[in-house]
Amino acid sequence: MTVTLGLGAAMASQANTLRMAEASDIASLDPYSVTESNTLGFLHHIYEPLVRYSADLQLEPALATSWKLVEPNVWRFELREGVSFHNGNSLSADDVVASIKRAIDPNAPIRVNVPTVVDARKVGELSVEIVLSTADPLLLNYLTTVYIFDKEWMTENNALQAIDLRKGEESYATTHANGTGPFTLESRQPDAKTVLAVNPKWWDTPQHNLTRIEFTPISSDATRVAALLSGEIDLMYPAPLQDVNRINATAGVKVLQAPSLRTIMFGMNQRDDQLHDSDIKGKNPLKDVRVRKALYQAINMELIQKKVMRGNSRNSALVVAPEVPGYDAALNQRFPFDPEAAKALLADAGYPNGFRVGLDCTNDRYVNDEEICQAVVSMWARVGIKANLTAQSKGNHFQKMLGGGSDIYMFGWATLPMLDTFSALAGFLATPADKLGTWNPGGYSNARIDSLIDQISGELDEPKRRAMLAETLEIARDEVAVIPLHQQPLSWGIREGITLPQTPDDTPRLWYTKVN
Amino acid sequence: MLSFLIRRLGQSLLVMLAVALLAFSMFRFVGDPVTNMISQDASVEEREQLRDSLGLSEPLYVQFSTFVVQAAQGDFGISYRNQRPVSDLIAERMPATLELVAVAFVISLLVGVPMGVYSALKPHSWLSHVFQTLSLIGISLPTFVTGILLILTFSVTLNWLPSFGRGEVVNIGWWSTGLLTISGLKSLILPGIMLGLFQVTLIMRLVRAEMMEVLRTDYIRFARARGLSNRAVNFGHALKNTLMPVITIIGLQLGAMIAFAIITETVFQWPGMGFLFIQAVSFVDIPVMSAYLLLVSLIFVVINMIVDMLYFMLDPRLCADRGTANSH
Repeated sequence: MTVTLGLGAAMASQANTLRMAEASDIASLDPYSVTESNTLGFLHHIYEPLVRYSADLQLEPALATSWKLVEPNVWRFELREGVSFHNGNSLSADDVVASIKRAIDPNAPIRVNVPTVVDARKVGELSVEIVLSTADPLLLNYLTTVYIFDKEWMTENNALQAIDLRKGEESYATTHANGTGPFTLESRQPDAKTVLAVNPKWWDTPQHNLTRIEFTPISSDATRVAALLSGEIDLMYPAPLQDVNRINATAGVKVLQAPSLRTIMFGMNQRDDQLHDSDIKGKNPLKDVRVRKALYQAINMELIQKKVMRGNSRNSALVVAPEVPGYDAALNQRFPFDPEAAKALLADAGYPNGFRVGLDCTNDRYVNDEEICQAVVSMWARVGIKANLTAQSKGNHFQKMLGGGSDIYMFGWATLPMLDTFSALAGFLATPADKLGTWNPGGYSNARIDSLIDQISGELDEPKRRAMLAETLEIARDEVAVIPLHQQPLSWGIREGITLPQTPDDTPRLWYTKVN
Repeated sequence: MLSFLIRRLGQSLLVMLAVALLAFSMFRFVGDPVTNMISQDASVEEREQLRDSLGLSEPLYVQFSTFVVQAAQGDFGISYRNQRPVSDLIAERMPATLELVAVAFVISLLVGVPMGVYSALKPHSWLSHVFQTLSLIGISLPTFVTGILLILTFSVTLNWLPSFGRGEVVNIGWWSTGLLTISGLKSLILPGIMLGLFQVTLIMRLVRAEMMEVLRTDYIRFARARGLSNRAVNFGHALKNTLMPVITIIGLQLGAMIAFAIITETVFQWPGMGFLFIQAVSFVDIPVMSAYLLLVSLIFVVINMIVDMLYFMLDPRLCADRGTANSH
């Protein structure tokens, strides 16, 4: 007995390794060369931003300890003292300035995450000013994805500038890393294994007890589940919904589930005078709010929640999740499921026998995406809408959808990395123009929303801003700008004895992880 | 001989160009790489800019000729997904695939040949019937099902072997090998079996059919009449003559195994070239897809060329035939 205990204790003190698997590998070690949230989430263990999200998604100081507005478009950040990079260099204002300049380089993909930042300047050894093109209430949200590099390291390795894919250059930062984060890079084999070791000199008080992280991408769902069941990994995500019961039935492993930030919706073509795939010629029924509402009320979300999503999704009347600033619980009332009312609305709009319409869905992007669409097709059929379903891979789907080729299309929106209702407004509720409405190929347009967006983007008074955000959400709901369905579930498979907070942005923050 | 070689090389080059063109026209149906590469907050303008900088807005024939010219110089561009040179990525993944194929190949020979020989020598024994049934199952079961079953049995239930990856690898120069570590060897077993299973059944059936044929020939009867031992007749004479056509077929199968390793690599998260390709398809990583397709067709072309030349050397009549044909 004593022997086993002694051995167990020895192993525990030797290494608390967390072995985790995800469906895809991180794209690069350079956080400025990608905007994909999985990659940025993982790199957060190595690199850190000025401001970060806590486990309950609240903004909190990271490398900056405080900030204030100097002018409406100039923010001053005071940096944390005594922070050192993994190579031993200490953090200074020069590092932050060089990093921000690298991030806003035209060749840096991350620049779209900091659209209003135009300059950064040093005002003291540990004091930096960030200059914006216009007043922007979302600067702190933006900065959570801009991780800070060591200027000296970048200069030594010729990585001061983001790479230009067109020139066929490979950057040192793509394959090497030097951050300030809780873990240091030990080794990396793309698509096979990336190992992190604990950073003993981390400035923050560790709330974890890990010494090592072994990250392995496993793209096949079945293999990932098998690896968890056989004890080869401790944490994996996503856990496929069809395997949840099986994992929970196995001793020693379980599935953590919660609704995510990602709202799944149907967008509708309200722009063209005629639909692409319909028997109604010469006019576009989806321009009529009664038709859109009929489509909405013909969908039985309770049933989809129970049968297709196995009780794990959260039905939503709004286009953003409750965790997203700007969400208003009072508005979150779905129009009731009512096929009779839907039929009446259709008849009222002049389509007593319904009509045919094209429905485009992904089959590899969202949780149970194709199944949801199949269910909706049969629900619509009951009120006379004959939807012609095309379910295809995301590459093709988004090409068709964003090119304006779809009648009704599925898409999801998590408001990340901005984590604010404004992301949804600018993305798919604004009338398409320049930088706005990029994800609004259906061409939904409302003058009041557009003018509100204009005001919200520069409004620094938070209560005022929230009120305006809520107003836009209400208009969008009442006009059925899109048909919101639900927030899809996150599910992480985990070995018993490991504790970590499950954040709705689907990004494990392993510096809160405890292994027993 | 030289003119034949030159003609054959010319043909091979044409085949490669055709494959490249075919691959290239296919990519238009795989989807839009830009959607995967840029944040959803990007503006239309930024999307167009990226498309321009990747050369995607140019007409297809321009993209194709740029690709061919660069490929001829060994430059396959930068992977959209990994942001690293494609040639480096393929070189990194090649050892994994080749080791896997080699192991599967050895397994298929070590298991397939004895099974075939046994069932040819004792066609009516119960064990031969078992082999026949097993081979039927092996041929008709989809490989990914075999893989999942292997994982379920040996990883999940018995906990003997790892369900994914290559285990620990040792680097010898640029070659990374899993053959020198315990975990590397363990990791090779299941995917090796999965990839080798179809070959086992193929070789077994081939050896069995060929050997039964040979056993019926006159020189075997003479050998027996001369009083040679069973062992000498069966293994010295019969097996030797059986193996010639078998070697030709399994040589050609090598190319197929490299190409079809894709499924095994996907199931076992094996970091090889096939897996790289599958990942590239789901990300619409055009440079990687085109380089891989070109590489696989190169492998096939080279193997076919070697086989042709072997025939040419073994059978002088091929030469004579062509000579008469040309004179007409």
